[in-house]
Amino acid sequence: MKTSLRRIWAMIYRHLAVYRRSWPRVAEIAYWPTLNLLIWGFTASYIGHLHASPGAQTASALIAGVLLWEITLRGQLGVTLGFLEEIWSRNLGHIFVSPLRPAELLAALLSVSLLRTLAGLFPATIIAYLLYHYNILLLGPVLLLFFVNLLFMGWWIALGIVSLLFRYGAGAEALAWTIAFGITPVACVYYPASALPGWLQPVAMALPAAHVFAGMRAGLFQHAADWPDLAQASALNLGWMLLAILIFGAEFRRARVRGALISIGE
Amino acid sequence: MDAITVVNLVKHYPHTLAVDDISFTLPQGGVLGLLGGNGAGKTTTISMLLGLLVPSSGQITVLGHDIARDRFKALERMNFSSPYIALPARLSVEENLRVYGHLYNVPALKHRIAELAAQFHLGALLSRPAGELSAGQKTRVALAKSLINKPDLLLLDEPTASLDPDTGDYVRSMLEAYREETNAAILLASHNMAEVERLCDTVLMLKAGKIVDQGTPGALIARYGREDLEQVFLDIARREEA
Repeated sequence: MKTSLRRIWAMIYRHLAVYRRSWPRVAEIAYWPTLNLLIWGFTASYIGHLHASPGAQTASALIAGVLLWEITLRGQLGVTLGFLEEIWSRNLGHIFVSPLRPAELLAALLSVSLLRTLAGLFPATIIAYLLYHYNILLLGPVLLLFFVNLLFMGWWIALGIVSLLFRYGAGAEALAWTIAFGITPVACVYYPASALPGWLQPVAMALPAAHVFAGMRAGLFQHAADWPDLAQASALNLGWMLLAILIFGAEFRRARVRGALISIGE
Repeated sequence: MDAITVVNLVKHYPHTLAVDDISFTLPQGGVLGLLGGNGAGKTTTISMLLGLLVPSSGQITVLGHDIARDRFKALERMNFSSPYIALPARLSVEENLRVYGHLYNVPALKHRIAELAAQFHLGALLSRPAGELSAGQKTRVALAKSLINKPDLLLLDEPTASLDPDTGDYVRSMLEAYREETNAAILLASHNMAEVERLCDTVLMLKAGKIVDQGTPGALIARYGREDLEQVFLDIARREEA
């Protein structure tokens, strides 16, 4: 099977053209990361003022947590909204009878998601620096590993949601908005897994995010990279991504058997 | 070589037999009409030809490729138009054509878009969002999209729906000219009997998923002793109800 960069570009161009014509969609990309940062940033500032040194560390961890968790949330939304866009515009029937391979569609959606994530986080990062004097780049090169791992997590969650859209149709649309947010309590963004009840800790440890945020806290509090946690996050991401791709492939084939590609928007 | 060869095609859903053991061929350069009432199996058959739907059994070969194993090679050389599937409403007509031109790897895309814009009188519409067009304009854009890759096989579902008689006639002439020029094969599902009579070499009459009759429009009209294809269609549709 021959992958075509031109076909992938066709689908990236299709989404960029939508953003070019719709300022509310562009504004939405940056709106939630910025809003979250403002809420948690002021909370962190308040805690920092109350408790001097440990408070300042907690404040840094809160702001870094908000910014980094947005990578997963935006990454997931970027893929699922891109797919939903095709359902809303009743265009899937044209796309799936073109030579576009499902893997090329995914490559395009992931590329658009990456662009959306970077565009969404850029203003929030600037605001964090200007308002709270917090520079996330001070985490150093390890920040790139955090970014890649959290983005991958958003992507495999998105593939799972797209698989559910194949199975249940546009009726499952609400999942696009809720699933990643629902995972937040066990992602251990703002607290270590040990803060969770014992029975919930294995769930948290099965998610790459808990390990990434443990690594983030190690970087902030001990000024050292937590390589074992980062290695576990990467291994978990690979496992989850593989599983998500298998489920996506199975659900796509099943949709072709059931005729769901024709009626997915109904 | 035949553009389409269908052998013993069956599609059943849990509670419905949508296509019931049909076989037919469409030679390269030919125009085949699929006729039948709602639920006769036309859309299901077209969906299986396009690889959107997996048959329960039977074999489909399109442009020499087995659709079950090699559908993308066939899809590169075919195209499809239906007024029931939309193009992204927020994209301009030109952007839509550009997206599909890239998807079908069309060479000299700018030139091809200009050609299609001239053929389908889309020049003034190129910069307008597809969602702001009238139904007839959308149909013309969808037809332009379906010809963007100069397909060897064109599948058309109600190609002139929503077009006024003058534009409908123009589009039918365009399809005839395209076929003459390129020797493309065309499969057409339509409820416009005059259109089918004019364009099609052969007609398959479908009912409840089965081919109940077939032949040239003239032969069918003569066989049923009627004046036109519409009367033949009504005869077949009402045969068991009478």
